[in-house]
Amino acid sequence: MTNVQTIAVDSELTDGKVGPHGGSQPIDGDFKTVGDVRVAKPRMSCTDVNVFYGDKHAIKDVSLDVGKNQVVAMIGPSGCGKSTFLRCLNRMNDTIDGCRVTGTIILDNQDIHDRKLDVVPLRAQVGMVFQKPNPFPKSIYDNIAYGPRIHGLVASRTELDEVVESSLSKAGLWDEVKDRLEQPGTGLSGGQQQRLCIARTIAVEPEVILMDEPCSALDPIATAKVEELIDELRENYTIAIVTHSMQQAARVSQRTAYFHLGNLVEVGETTQIFTNPSHKLTEDYITGRFG
Amino acid sequence: MNKPENKRVSAIEKVNASLARRYAKERRFRRVGFGAVVLGLFFVLALFVDIASKGYTAFAQTHIELEIFFDPAVIDPDGTADDDVIARADFRQIVRQPLREKFPEVTGRKDKRALYSILSSGAPYQLLEMVRADPELIGARQTVALIADDDIDMLVKGHIDRDSDAADRRVNDTTIAWIDRLESEGAVSLKFNTGFFTNGDSREPELAGIGGAAAGSFYTLLVTLSLSFPIGVAAAVYLEEFAPKNRWTDLIEVNINNLAAVPSIVFGLLGLAMFINLFGLPRSAPLVGGLVLTLMTLPTIIIAARASLKSVPPSIREAALGVGASKMQTVFQHVIPLAMPGMLTGTIIGMAQALGETAPLLMIGMVAFIVDIPGSPMDPSTVLPVQVYLWADSPERAFVERTSAAIMVLLAFLIAMNTFAVIMRRRFERRW
Repeated sequence: MTNVQTIAVDSELTDGKVGPHGGSQPIDGDFKTVGDVRVAKPRMSCTDVNVFYGDKHAIKDVSLDVGKNQVVAMIGPSGCGKSTFLRCLNRMNDTIDGCRVTGTIILDNQDIHDRKLDVVPLRAQVGMVFQKPNPFPKSIYDNIAYGPRIHGLVASRTELDEVVESSLSKAGLWDEVKDRLEQPGTGLSGGQQQRLCIARTIAVEPEVILMDEPCSALDPIATAKVEELIDELRENYTIAIVTHSMQQAARVSQRTAYFHLGNLVEVGETTQIFTNPSHKLTEDYITGRFG
Repeated sequence: MNKPENKRVSAIEKVNASLARRYAKERRFRRVGFGAVVLGLFFVLALFVDIASKGYTAFAQTHIELEIFFDPAVIDPDGTADDDVIARADFRQIVRQPLREKFPEVTGRKDKRALYSILSSGAPYQLLEMVRADPELIGARQTVALIADDDIDMLVKGHIDRDSDAADRRVNDTTIAWIDRLESEGAVSLKFNTGFFTNGDSREPELAGIGGAAAGSFYTLLVTLSLSFPIGVAAAVYLEEFAPKNRWTDLIEVNINNLAAVPSIVFGLLGLAMFINLFGLPRSAPLVGGLVLTLMTLPTIIIAARASLKSVPPSIREAALGVGASKMQTVFQHVIPLAMPGMLTGTIIGMAQALGETAPLLMIGMVAFIVDIPGSPMDPSTVLPVQVYLWADSPERAFVERTSAAIMVLLAFLIAMNTFAVIMRRRFERRW
């Protein structure tokens, strides 16, 4: 808890700009999230997370729990900070120059932004799937085997073969690629590549999987497959997903968080958010009035 | 534009009216561009044709075939078969004997000397090497093609105008008559000039070769490559992947770019002051040349390596970091292998630059006249472009063609290296 810092957030919309929501319920520094940010069985628990890119205040005092074996979807217009928030959960923001994160994110009673915490085991525990499929320019087999190899998860080649097969099976890709494991992963179709990336992520047996718009580069059929996969993975994994598609959020998630200009506006059960949003901004967004 | 009549002209009419002018402009621009390309190609072609037409004759060497009697009385009178005895034998006698037999009418001392000089002063050594290689030759008679003197070589190749005034040419009428007689007997032949590739430098053009300079270039580039590639790549990887982006790294970056623009002779002076005067390394040695060229090529390699590291998409880094690879593993297992073709291309281009570099090597004494072929990077030697410079400075006509031939060899190496770089880039270029 040493990293907690109180930030006086300046109202960013006071410079004459009117919000896209037509001026009602302006967002200011004292913004209060609507809905219950806490859950009964949290896997990760974030409190007062702030992210700065240089001078830009990208995430403002966001508190949110990621429930165990749940899918939490983060939605919101472009630039609202949902991806940035997601990247805090496995410290991917460390790789961005000038990016500063404050607040606490608790995983296993440990603040993951603690300087002393090693980021390598964290990322093994909290895996990530990216917006654009990014398989390594190596064989399908090596793509999956890379994680287990560097973490020393397997002792023998046969064990590795098993990990590769089970990961690809869980990602629903095994039947499609089992005869061509030695071919480059970059030669697969977009949807297959994304499922390969998911398989690569689950090969290191993470507990939490972060997905940053995993279907934005895929066609509807590939999207359906990935969504189905997400639903299956929920049994064993905790999933946080950022998506631009509200239908997708409604289909795959149990909880939904709506972000707006760096604030967490509203969070709640997915059914409640989509049928009966409490906040005007959420309602405007999900009814398609803007965004 | 605000005149009322203009308002009635519709947009499409205005567009149509302007079309002719726009297309004319485009045609003009295309013609200028095409002209520039043609002009450039013309100059390159002119250069190549000039060098090739001057130099191609150097790849053949005039030989005079004579029946040599390997006289045991001269070579090894006591039949010791001892190498030292053979090496001390007077092979000049053996070379001169058949000439005397062939031209019995030549009697005067001066005329005889002129007759003997149609053969290269290297001809006796040619026979010595033959006997050393095969001692059985002693006592045998054999027709041997002996290297002709450079003036005779020029005469046979037609570089000496027979109709000009005798005082203006280096070969007098008597000698021309001898050569014509030998030619009519079929004793004069042009053979492939292997010596040009294997010999070291010599004051005698017919004996001079690029072997020494090529070996010097090889050792120099070996030192340059083995230092500049690891240092350059390590510097690039550190700056690109690990160093924090702050004022210091900005300063370093600016300075690396500046170093790439420093005149090469300055590096030569630096090498002279540092490596030779301060560290006491040997003068004229490929080691020092390699060190100086390392300094010179480092910026090129660092800049190319950084560019190729930058071109590796961040998604690959994120993918590796995302499965929990450490920074080091990400860089060494993913980023560097993907950037390697670009790094190697940059290195080859840097090496090609280093191969053609002359000025800094003049400063560290690699411009000396060195006959021996260097056997290590510590031996005094010269390099190909410096050899070109040295020969271009020599007065003998035969050195003109050798200069061009050496340039052709140098250009062949450069073109080969650059082609290799291009092929590598094509082959390993990845599309993301």
